[in-house]
Amino acid sequence: MTTEVVHEHADVRSLAGHSRRPRIGRGLAWLMLGVLLIVSLFPFYWAFRTAISDNGLLLSGEQTMAPIGPTTFNFERVLGLEPLASGGTATFDFWQILFNTVLVATFITIGQVWFSAMAAYAFARLKWKGRDSVFYIYLSGLMIPPIITLIPNFILIRNLDLINTYTGIILPFFLMTPFAVFFLRQFFLGINRNIEEAAFIDGAGHFAVFFRVILPMAAAPMFTLGILTYITAWNEFLWPLVVGREETKRVFTVALNIFTSQLPGSSPDWTGLMAAAMLSAAPVIALFLIFGRRVVDSIQFSGIK
Amino acid sequence: MTAPAIEPTVIDAPRRRRKISADRSTPGVAFWFLLPSLIGFLTFYLYPTIRGFYLSLTDWNLVSNSGEYIGFENYAKLVEDPLVTNAIKVTLLYVVLNIGIQTVLATGIAVMLDRLIKSTLVKAIVVLPWLIPNVIVALLWMWMLDRNLGAVNLILGWIDVGPFAFLGDPDLVIPSLAGINVWRHMGYTALLIFAGLQTIPGSLYEAAAVDGATEWKMFRKITLPLLRPIMALVLVITVLGSFQVFDTVITATGGFASRPGGPINASRVIYLYIYELAFQRFQMGYAATVAVALFAILLVVTIIQFRILRANESDLAA
Repeated sequence: MTTEVVHEHADVRSLAGHSRRPRIGRGLAWLMLGVLLIVSLFPFYWAFRTAISDNGLLLSGEQTMAPIGPTTFNFERVLGLEPLASGGTATFDFWQILFNTVLVATFITIGQVWFSAMAAYAFARLKWKGRDSVFYIYLSGLMIPPIITLIPNFILIRNLDLINTYTGIILPFFLMTPFAVFFLRQFFLGINRNIEEAAFIDGAGHFAVFFRVILPMAAAPMFTLGILTYITAWNEFLWPLVVGREETKRVFTVALNIFTSQLPGSSPDWTGLMAAAMLSAAPVIALFLIFGRRVVDSIQFSGIK
Repeated sequence: MTAPAIEPTVIDAPRRRRKISADRSTPGVAFWFLLPSLIGFLTFYLYPTIRGFYLSLTDWNLVSNSGEYIGFENYAKLVEDPLVTNAIKVTLLYVVLNIGIQTVLATGIAVMLDRLIKSTLVKAIVVLPWLIPNVIVALLWMWMLDRNLGAVNLILGWIDVGPFAFLGDPDLVIPSLAGINVWRHMGYTALLIFAGLQTIPGSLYEAAAVDGATEWKMFRKITLPLLRPIMALVLVITVLGSFQVFDTVITATGGFASRPGGPINASRVIYLYIYELAFQRFQMGYAATVAVALFAILLVVTIIQFRILRANESDLAA
């Protein structure tokens, strides 16, 4: 497989016009690139190959690269069409968990992007005393390790009686994160002021300018931030683990962790586990397939700024 | 997006704008725009940070949900706690392996993305593992690294090596966890470094090529020196993240009714120890103390990195 990749790219190289470079060195570089792509993708293939294998055959027989006794049975089990055989107390209610995760990630994304955009406008466009100091203090929030705030936030949420509620899981991420404010402020700073000035001359107030000028013009970065926020919320683990352990409120990360830790050690249900893992990551992967370029660009953006 | 914006010049921007907007003062409007985020910041960032330090001076208990001020007793306890010493040792080993391997690989990938193939598809593939939740990555690799049925041992078997119980062997568990997170983060880190590479003027490479320099020589004489400032920032960010490893450890070592952090204490990293103290042993006050200690370690490590790497100076600007 490796050699195929190399040969395939050899043509691209000559097209790119780097013919003066030493052939061996570049060949080696292409080989390394091929290995890199295989290493990045192989675990996904392996998970898929396991998820469509027959659990009995998989545990007893010789391991091969191909699926063993291909079947969709494992996916059916995870989706609740067939009982999910699991020892002990372990349960995995896929549709409930999907509902919880989508609800939590959606609310966090909408709230965080919206309120951070309002704050970013205040920092980028409005003039008020202490603005830069407050912005610095917001930024310093990036330096605080989450473990410092975890315990006090847990106590607060418990005193508010919000343990094992959606509100409790969502609230700390709902109103802002320092990164979101920072990210959007950078974009708002780059928006041409002339259009705003024109709106002001036409008698528009700040709220009208924010809604009719800034938001439409910053739609693309806000959307990108939204995707990043959604993925981050989908992947969040420690906070929902401490405030949303109850079975009816678990998100995917929490449910998978608890489910795995409760499975018996003898003849593990690897096929079911891999099917569950793949289905849990599927929405994030789908988002990435559709908006991959935006995500890649925004990572590079955060690398530069 | 190019330009010498590598240094934290974020703050320069307002200076330029001030001239234009000095005429319009809008504190009343600003207040309403800021209010929701301010409530969020004060409630879930600033107040808990201060309270976190205060809790470290109490014997706060999870079950009773109360605690008394006990001065520096927790700190005295921390210094003598062998599990803290163990956690620091284990975490340091993890960070060194994780960051060492990851930085070398990511730099190589970034250079390949820059000099070999500028393809969004390739970038998307290498960054894909970073998008998968840690918990799922951990599950994936528990299975990949399984002693009897895992793909890694299957492949090693082809060249008659192993099999290894990667996550069940006290000597292999930390290198294995470091490897798992290298897999997840190397593409993401490579993209950050790649962004830094874009700030190096292409004319330098062209000039060097005219002079007959090899690719390796260009890497050493142009890329590495000019990459230093962004490399420093990337290192600061990735080292901070590496010290806070948790999701992967608790999942990959805690599956199938085994106790996370094992075998025995071989992978009980600081974050995991704090989590267990707070939520399983209910000693929230003491857990807050260990968290403060971790914060102090991170602060010192970051300052040292800035000193050594001179992260806030750019060679290009000179």
